[in-house]
Amino acid sequence: MTGGETIPIRESSDVIRVRAEVRRLAIGLGLGVVDQTKIVTAASELARNTLVYGGGGHAVLEVVEGKGRRGLRLSFEDHGPGILDIGQAMIDGYSSGRGLGLGLSGAKRLSSEFEITSVVGEGTRVVITRWN
Amino acid sequence: MDRIPILKLGSALLVTIQVDMHDRLAKALEDDITAKIMTTGAKGVLIDISGLDIVDSFMGRMLDTIASVGRMLDATTVVVGMRPPVAITLVELGLTLVGVKTALNVERGMALIGISVDDFEEVDRHDGG
Ligand SMILES: Nc1ncnc2c1ncn2[C@@H]1O[C@H](COP(=O)(O)OP(=O)(O)O)[C@@H](O)[C@H]1O
Ligand SMILES: [Mg+2]
Repeated sequence: MTGGETIPIRESSDVIRVRAEVRRLAIGLGLGVVDQTKIVTAASELARNTLVYGGGGHAVLEVVEGKGRRGLRLSFEDHGPGILDIGQAMIDGYSSGRGLGLGLSGAKRLSSEFEITSVVGEGTRVVITRWN
Repeated sequence: MDRIPILKLGSALLVTIQVDMHDRLAKALEDDITAKIMTTGAKGVLIDISGLDIVDSFMGRMLDTIASVGRMLDATTVVVGMRPPVAITLVELGLTLVGVKTALNVERGMALIGISVDDFEEVDRHDGG
């Protein structure tokens, strides 16, 4: 596992930076263009959630190794309001705002592994991994 | 804030997105296109996204909204040049963009709109084709 890179997410241009960095790492890892596109899209969704619902936070991007393969692990963390009902938030089409409600569920489908932890009043952390 | 230019091409509008857009820029583009449909009475809107290497749910919703508003104003919206990996990812994301017409390139998009085909026939005639 390499050190990892932390990107603050405070405004909508930071989401672009996350997309660009994830793309760069995915290319470096040797992911094909479809897999690159999937992981960048998932990252874009989660970074936007961190910004819009979490009130800002940061992303940690790292290259990880396991079982003889390498992957990209992306963590999105905020100290926002948290999610009361994670099951509901994961439903396709559910949005407490004016979104399409496809960010969390879609990011899960676009990743190899997906993990969400959220505590009301403390914040939210979503970790996704895409193995090569 | 930068804005993405909207060109008028006969009775159609042509928008070419060449940069990765942040959400505010995408929203501004949505507002600009719908305003321009009204002021120009355009019958078609071509949005060339061949320069985009991802479309996420925010941009997808923007395309959908432009198409819906356009429809109410009697303008057909065609999204052209979507890259295959983007299309594959959109489907997996759960976004099917059913209300949005798509075409492989601008010329086919023009044909789909139907109204500015004249302009192309003009060019063809000059070319002797
Ligand atoms: N970081 C977060 N902090 C608090 N709530 C969140 C966070 N991420 C997602 N949510 C909640 O989960 C819901 C679903 O998220 P998502 O699937 O991305 O859809 P959308 O962004 O379109 O609302 C959001 O509407 C919001 O209520
Ligand atoms: Mg979202």
